[in-house]
Amino acid sequence: METVNIQINGMPLSVPKGSTILEAARIGGIEIPTLCYLKDINEIGACRICMVEVKGARSLVTACVYPVNEGMEIFTNTERVRHSRKTTLELILSTHDKSCLSCVRSGTCELQQLCKEFGVDDPNAFAGETIHYDFDDSAAHMVRDNNKCILCRRCVAACDAQGISVIGANARGFDTHISSAFDKDLANVSCISCGQCIVNCPTGAIVEKDDTDKVLEAINDPDKFVIVNTAPSIRATLGEAFGMHIGTNVEGKMVAALRRLGFDKVFDTDFAADLTIMEEAHEFLDRVQNGGVLPMITSCSPGWIKYCEHYYPELIPHLSTCKSPQQMFGATMKTYYAQKLGMDPKDMVVVGVMPCTAKKFETKRPDQAASGYPDVDIAITTRELARMIESAGIFFKHLPDEEFDVPFGESTGAATIFGATGGVMEAALRTAVETLTGETLPSVDFTEVRGMENIKEAAYDVAGTTVKVAVASGTKNAKVLLDKIKDGTADYQFIEIMGCPGGCINGGGQPIQHAVVRNFVDLKARRAEALYRSDADNAKRKSHENAAIKQLYAEFLGEPGSHKAHEILHTSYVARKKYE
Amino acid sequence: MYRSHVLVCGGTGCTSSNSLAIIDALESEIAKKGLQEEVKVVRTGCFGLCALGPIMIVYPEGSFYSQVKVEDVPEIVEEHLLKGRLVKRLLYDETVTMEDVKSLQETDFYKKQHRVALRNCGVIDPENIEEYIAFDGYMALAKCLKELTPAEVIQIVKDSGLRGRGGGGFPTGLKWSFTAANEADQKYVVCNADEGDPGAFMDRSVLEGDPHCIVEAMTICGYATGATEGYVYVRAEYPIAVKRLKIAIKQAREYGLLGKNIFDSGFDFDLHVRLGAGAFVCGEETALMTSIEGNRGEPRPRPPYPAVKGLFRKPTTENNVETFANIPQIILKGADWFASMGTEKSKGTKVFALGGKIKNTGLVEIPMGTTLREIIEEIGGGIPNGKKFKAAQTGGPSGGCIPASLMDTPIDYDNLTAIGCMMGSGGLIVMDEDNCMVDIAKFFLNFTVDESCGKCTPCRVGTKRLLEMLDKITAGKATMEDLDKLEDLCNYIKANSLCGLGQTAPNPVLATLKFFREEYVAHIQDKKCPAGVCKALMTYSIEADKCRGCTACARKCPAGAIEGKVKEVHTINTDKCIKCGVCLETCKFGAVVKK
Repeated sequence: METVNIQINGMPLSVPKGSTILEAARIGGIEIPTLCYLKDINEIGACRICMVEVKGARSLVTACVYPVNEGMEIFTNTERVRHSRKTTLELILSTHDKSCLSCVRSGTCELQQLCKEFGVDDPNAFAGETIHYDFDDSAAHMVRDNNKCILCRRCVAACDAQGISVIGANARGFDTHISSAFDKDLANVSCISCGQCIVNCPTGAIVEKDDTDKVLEAINDPDKFVIVNTAPSIRATLGEAFGMHIGTNVEGKMVAALRRLGFDKVFDTDFAADLTIMEEAHEFLDRVQNGGVLPMITSCSPGWIKYCEHYYPELIPHLSTCKSPQQMFGATMKTYYAQKLGMDPKDMVVVGVMPCTAKKFETKRPDQAASGYPDVDIAITTRELARMIESAGIFFKHLPDEEFDVPFGESTGAATIFGATGGVMEAALRTAVETLTGETLPSVDFTEVRGMENIKEAAYDVAGTTVKVAVASGTKNAKVLLDKIKDGTADYQFIEIMGCPGGCINGGGQPIQHAVVRNFVDLKARRAEALYRSDADNAKRKSHENAAIKQLYAEFLGEPGSHKAHEILHTSYVARKKYE
Repeated sequence: MYRSHVLVCGGTGCTSSNSLAIIDALESEIAKKGLQEEVKVVRTGCFGLCALGPIMIVYPEGSFYSQVKVEDVPEIVEEHLLKGRLVKRLLYDETVTMEDVKSLQETDFYKKQHRVALRNCGVIDPENIEEYIAFDGYMALAKCLKELTPAEVIQIVKDSGLRGRGGGGFPTGLKWSFTAANEADQKYVVCNADEGDPGAFMDRSVLEGDPHCIVEAMTICGYATGATEGYVYVRAEYPIAVKRLKIAIKQAREYGLLGKNIFDSGFDFDLHVRLGAGAFVCGEETALMTSIEGNRGEPRPRPPYPAVKGLFRKPTTENNVETFANIPQIILKGADWFASMGTEKSKGTKVFALGGKIKNTGLVEIPMGTTLREIIEEIGGGIPNGKKFKAAQTGGPSGGCIPASLMDTPIDYDNLTAIGCMMGSGGLIVMDEDNCMVDIAKFFLNFTVDESCGKCTPCRVGTKRLLEMLDKITAGKATMEDLDKLEDLCNYIKANSLCGLGQTAPNPVLATLKFFREEYVAHIQDKKCPAGVCKALMTYSIEADKCRGCTACARKCPAGAIEGKVKEVHTINTDKCIKCGVCLETCKFGAVVKK
C-alpha cells in the first residue's frame, strides 16, 4: 500500500495515501471529534467541529474530509483549535433546546458529550434569536423536534442512503431546518418508517415514539394477560444499552429482565420466525410448482413492505403473503394460545420488542387482526426496553441467565439468524430443500447468502432444479433488484429483502451508537456474528424441527398453507401514494 | 449601406427606463420621413453611463444623447437625422463645450477607460452574429483550432497574466492547465454568470451586450482543456441576458461555430444555459455546480477541486463572465498586448460598477493600477452635493472598504488584499460623510445572513450572532467587551466557515473596524452615531433661539412629541419621539437639530 509521511502534533507517522486527516489521526491514536461526519454517506464538512491546524494553511482545515499529503504537519489540539471547537459548540447551543434533563438522549447525546469534552462552561455564551419549531409527531413511529436539531444532516444522509430522501434542508441560512418537501408532515410523505434517521441522529431531535407507558399500564392492569416476545436480533444488541461489548448475546439476561418487569409470559419471536419459514417455504414451493408469481420476495420487514407499497406497487404480487414474525406471533397468541388457555383474546396484550420502528406502524395495519383484535398491541424498540429495565432499577449486567417460557419460547437456529441480512433466505432454504428432496441436508450452512454485502446472489441445485436467489438489505440496494424484476432481467426465484442495511441487527430501533463507532467499527458484522454463533450452537437449526411448531400445526393449523393458516398467518398489501 | 446608424442602449438599465419604446418610436418616425433606407437603428448592449440612460449615439458623428424620452424622438429625427443639426439640449453635457462638441472618448467618464471586456458593448447588435463576426468575432476560435495546440492556447493565457475576475484572482491559465492535466471521459467548462454582489452588473452587461464573446471564449477553453460541453449558469433575474445568450448559442450552432467538428478541426463543443434562482451562494463554484446538477445550491468541501472532480464529478474549468470576455482578445492580440496593461501582478483591465454617493453611476473598465482617486474624482465625476468622501466599499459583502487616506492606492488584486479589502467581482460603492460605517457593516452582514445557505455552523449561526452584536452596538447597548467578542467571532467565522461566503462574511466588519474603529467606540462609549444614521442614538431637539413658535413641526409630528404654544418656543419630548425626522424637514427656520 502506498503511504505518505506526515506529522501529527509533532509525532511522525506513515499512513495510507488517500487517508483523511481524521483517519490518519486515528492511526496515530488521536481522536478528532466529529458531529456531521458519517463515513461514505455524509462527508459534507458542515458542522466544523473537526477543524485542525495544518502548517501553511490559510485557515483551519476540515479533518473529516481533507486528505493528507506528503510532509503535512497537523496540529489537533492547539489553543486555536480548542477555541474554535468550543466556539462552534457554543454557537450550536445558542439555537439548541437545552432541556437536557428531560431529553431521552441525555447520556447518549453526542453534542452533550462534546460540550463536556471541550469545557463549554457557558451554554448561553451566544444567546440570541431562536426559532421555535413545532413537533412533527404525525408518523406512527417517531417524533421530530427540530428545536434540538443541530443541522448535521446525518438523518438526511441516512434517508438518502436508503434511497428514500423524504427529508432534506428547507429554507436557508439561520432559517434552515430539516423537514419534508413543503414542510409536509412525515405521515403524509413516503417515509417507510425504517428509523435509520433516528439511529444516526446525534441529539434528541429525532426519537422513536415512546410506548413504554402503554406497556407498563398493561402490566399493571390485573385484568390483562401480558405476553412479551422478543425479535431475533434483540439478544445481540440489548447489552450495548448497558455498556456491554457490541455483539454480546444477552438472551438469558434479557429473559430474566422481562420476567422482572412483570410480563405474564416471556416468549420468543424466534418461535414465530420458525412459523414464518413453514408458511413462506410452503408458499414458495407452491408458487414454483403451480406457476405463481416469481420471484417471490420475503415480507418480514415492515419498512421494506411500506417501501414496496409506495415505490413499487406494481410488484406487490411478488410479495409473500406471510405476515411478519411479530404479527404471526400475535395472531397465534390471540387464537390458538387464547383457546388453549380458555381466555378471551380481548384480555390478552401482546407486546413485541423489536429492532424496528416500522413495527410500530405495522401493528396499526389493517388486515392484521386474526382474532378480531389487533394481532400485536404494542411494539417497542430495543431502546425502549432498555429504558424500562433501567427505570425499574434492574441491574441488567448482574442478572442470572434465564430461559424463555414454554411453549412459545422454543425456537431453532434458523429463526435466530432472521436478525441478519440473508438469515431468512438461509432459514427458508434449509426447510425448502429438505421438504422438496425429502432428504436431510448434509450441511445447513448456506454461507453464500451471509455477510454484509449490499446484494448477494447464489444458485442452488435442489432436487435437480436450479434455484436462483438474491438477498438485499437497505431499500436502496433493494431498488437494484426491483428494477431488474421490472425490466425482466431478474432470473431469481426467491429474494430476501430487509429494509435496513445489514438487516434487523442494524434496525432503526436498536441501541444508539455514536457516529464514531458507526464510522470505525463494523457494527453490523459484529452484531450479526452473535446471531450466527447462537445458530451454530443450537442443536436444532431447521424451522421444521421446532416441536412447538409441529404441535401448533397438529393441534390447530393443520398443514402449512392450509385455509386456517391463511386466515390467521397471511395478509395483503395496498398501493400507497408518495404524497398525501 | 446606411449613411447613419442610431445606437440605442438595450441593456437592463436603459430598457427599464423605456429605451425599447424609444427604438419603436425611432423606427416609425424614420419610416414616416422615408429615411429607412438611409438610417439604421441598432439596439445594442450597455454603454456604461447608466446614470444618464436611456442613451442613444448617432454615428458617424458620434453624438451622445442622454436621458432621451420618447417625446424627444421626432425632434432628433427631424433635426439630426433629416437636417443634420445636433439636438444640443439632449447631448451629454460633458461632450458640449463652449465652442465645440467633444467626442465621447474625450469625456472624463470615458477617457481613462480602456474597454477590453466591454469592447463590443454598446457597439454591436448583440442579437446579430454577423455584427460580432464583423468585429473579428470567432477569429480567435479559428486561430486556436487551426493554428494552435491546446497547450499553446493555455500558454498564451498563462503568459497574458489574466487572473479570475470573479473576485478570487486565481491565474486563469494555471486553472485551465489543471483541468487539461486530468484525463477523463468527459470534462466541462462552466461560466459563472451568477453575479450576486449588491450593485454589481458587469457580467450582465457583457452577456447583454456581447454574448457571442462568451460563447467563443468558452469554446476556446473547451478546446484548451479537453472539454466538449459547457454550461452557463446565469441568474433568472437577468432575462435579457438569458434571451440574448440563447439567441447567440442558437446562431453559433447554425453557423457551425458550436456543435460537431467546428471549423473542420474535429473538435466538438456545445453549450447549455442553466438558470439560477438567485441564491448568492450559487456564485461559489462548488455550490454553482451542485445547483447545475439539480440539487440545492450548497457548497461542498474542497479538495477535491473542480479541476479534479467538478461538475457531475468530472474535471471542470469554471470562470467568471468577465474573465471569459477577455479571452478572444488575448488570443487575437497576444499575451504581450494584454500584459502591457495593468500592474506587475495584475494584468489587463477591470470592470467596476460604480454606485453609491457618486455622480456617474454606471460601468467603467479601467486598466489595473488606476487609483481610487482617479476612479472617483475623474471617471465618476466626484461626490454629489459637495459632500466629503469617506470610503469606498469594494468586493461587496465579501469585501472591505478603502478609506480616504488610501485613495491613491493603485487598484489591483494584491494591493486591495494588502489593505484588508478585496477586488471582488467589481462592485464599487462610494460613501460620503453621511454614511455610518457600523451601519454599512450591518448592511452587508445583513445580506450575508440572508444569503447564507445554512450548511455550516459558523456561517449559519455565527453570522447571525455577529449581526445581533452589531445591532447591539448601533442600539447603544454594547460594551467594550462586546467589541472584543465581535472581533473574536469575526476571526472565528473567517477561519472556520466551509466556503468563501462564510470565510469572507466578516470582512466588512473587520475592515470598518480597522479603519473606522473610532466610530464603533463612539457608538459604544459615547452612545453617539457620528454620521447621524443610527436612529437609536440620535436625539432631535429644538434650538430655542431659532424657534419662532410657528407650530408647523408640532402639527406634522406623527407621535405628538412636540409641545409648545403659538409664538412660543417648542420642545421635543424625547420619550415620545420616534425619530422620523419630519420636524427637521418641516422647520423653515433651521431650529430643529439632530444630534
